[in-house]
Amino acid sequence: MSRLASWAQAGLRQPFWVGPLLIFAVWWLAAAGQWISPKLLPDPVSTLAALWTSVTDGSLAGDFAGTLGRTLAAFAVAAVLGVPTGVVLGSDTRIYRSLEFAIDFFRSTPATAMFPLFLLIFGIGEESKVGVAAFSAWLVIVFNVAYGVMNARPTRILAARVMGASRARIFRDVMFFESLPQTCVGLRLGVSYALVVIIVAEMFIGSANGMGRRIIDAQQIFDLRQMYASIIATGCLGYGLNLLFLSIERRFLDWSGR
Amino acid sequence: METVARQNFDAGKRPAITIRGLMKTFAGSPLYNGLDLDIPKGRFISVFGPNGCGKSTLINLISGLIPTDGGEILFDGRGVADVTIGYVFQNYRDALFPWMSARDNIDYPLKVRGWDAARRQRRVDELIAQFEVGFDLKRRPFELSGGQQQLVSILRALAPEPEVMFLDEPFSALDYEMTLFIREKLQTVFEQTGVTMLLVSHDLEEAVYLADHVLLLTKRPTQVADIIDFAAPRPRNDATLSAPDFVATKARSLAIFQREVRR
Repeated sequence: MSRLASWAQAGLRQPFWVGPLLIFAVWWLAAAGQWISPKLLPDPVSTLAALWTSVTDGSLAGDFAGTLGRTLAAFAVAAVLGVPTGVVLGSDTRIYRSLEFAIDFFRSTPATAMFPLFLLIFGIGEESKVGVAAFSAWLVIVFNVAYGVMNARPTRILAARVMGASRARIFRDVMFFESLPQTCVGLRLGVSYALVVIIVAEMFIGSANGMGRRIIDAQQIFDLRQMYASIIATGCLGYGLNLLFLSIERRFLDWSGR
Repeated sequence: METVARQNFDAGKRPAITIRGLMKTFAGSPLYNGLDLDIPKGRFISVFGPNGCGKSTLINLISGLIPTDGGEILFDGRGVADVTIGYVFQNYRDALFPWMSARDNIDYPLKVRGWDAARRQRRVDELIAQFEVGFDLKRRPFELSGGQQQLVSILRALAPEPEVMFLDEPFSALDYEMTLFIREKLQTVFEQTGVTMLLVSHDLEEAVYLADHVLLLTKRPTQVADIIDFAAPRPRNDATLSAPDFVATKARSLAIFQREVRR
């Protein structure tokens, strides 16, 4: 069988291409048929062409790298501070119960509502943007790690205890692993939250570069092709980060839930 | 023919476990209210009784998995913390560690006890040979069948050479074919090691088939209803199940069980 035929077969077995193609088709029809005013919706071909140009002439790279860098910085801060906090909270129900309200409260508060506070504390530089994003990601990481530790299967803990394992040993050898799947969920959500907050911060706090800045600049000068192209590029960034975390999870935590 | 019910095992031999005045209360109602029991060394004991009488609770109290509310449990004079015990859980899926290979699972209690690598390897290899493990132990538990997983659980419990093995309904999550397989493995374990075994069972046939003594319990507050001996020679096999001795022992156990259920 030729390679082309085997690709075609794989494409039919897992029709992942149907969704994107459908969006493209509807978009093209809507633009060509002028269902929506061309002032609001450019056609998909010229939009993708604009995206391609931004990629090849290098004008996108700086903004893309700026957003990616801030997101990863915020995520790193959140993970380094969030995982240990979550472990401490989860390992003692009394500590968790006493802080549950505070965590739930801040989790329910939109992180973007904290912008003014962070601007006061950190000024208008990078720190305040990364700070709010890190705060937002930190909460979701703490919550999920604590949840993972608390929901370790009691039988596994009993099994280790009946073998004579010490508390520290049970924690390291059993509860840590038991909490990993939920920790990964927390980290994956955390990086998504961080990206959301960073994009909004770049739009409204102001920033030298970044995808948020790029999108709002294009909108201000009514360069709709560039605006849609930048939105698509940002979507690719979010999707790529999610895919990366998912594949790490699948590779190393294939025992999860077993 | 009416025989007098026995409240304890014969005290002729030095017991493996001595229980005095065991107390346990759940939600305000007493489950154990001063139970005395001497469990003989090197015997296979099946625990059988009405629903909710605390069969599993009894072995969980003895093995220290749950705390007692009073009384004393001694293993030849020592507390449970100073004794090597093995425990096989009903649900092997929840008891094995899926992030480790089956072999590392068996090895884990030896690591906990601080054995060096060479000694651990010798011991695990010995177990594999002794019980003719025919499947790949490099695989992780969830890649094995239910029966294979429960065999790994049993080998893990057996690895540190325990003085007493506790088995909490080890067959109830297995299909019939796997139940027969594990039942034979368990009999081999007992014949080859002579370790004291306490099996909780909800199936009277398997309880009698494996046992030297069937420990029958009353409804709560739980006491010993009777102790029935079953002295058929080992290895026991399918013929044992239809031997008159087996049928009579099972019938007698059932009669006591039904008397307790109706009480």
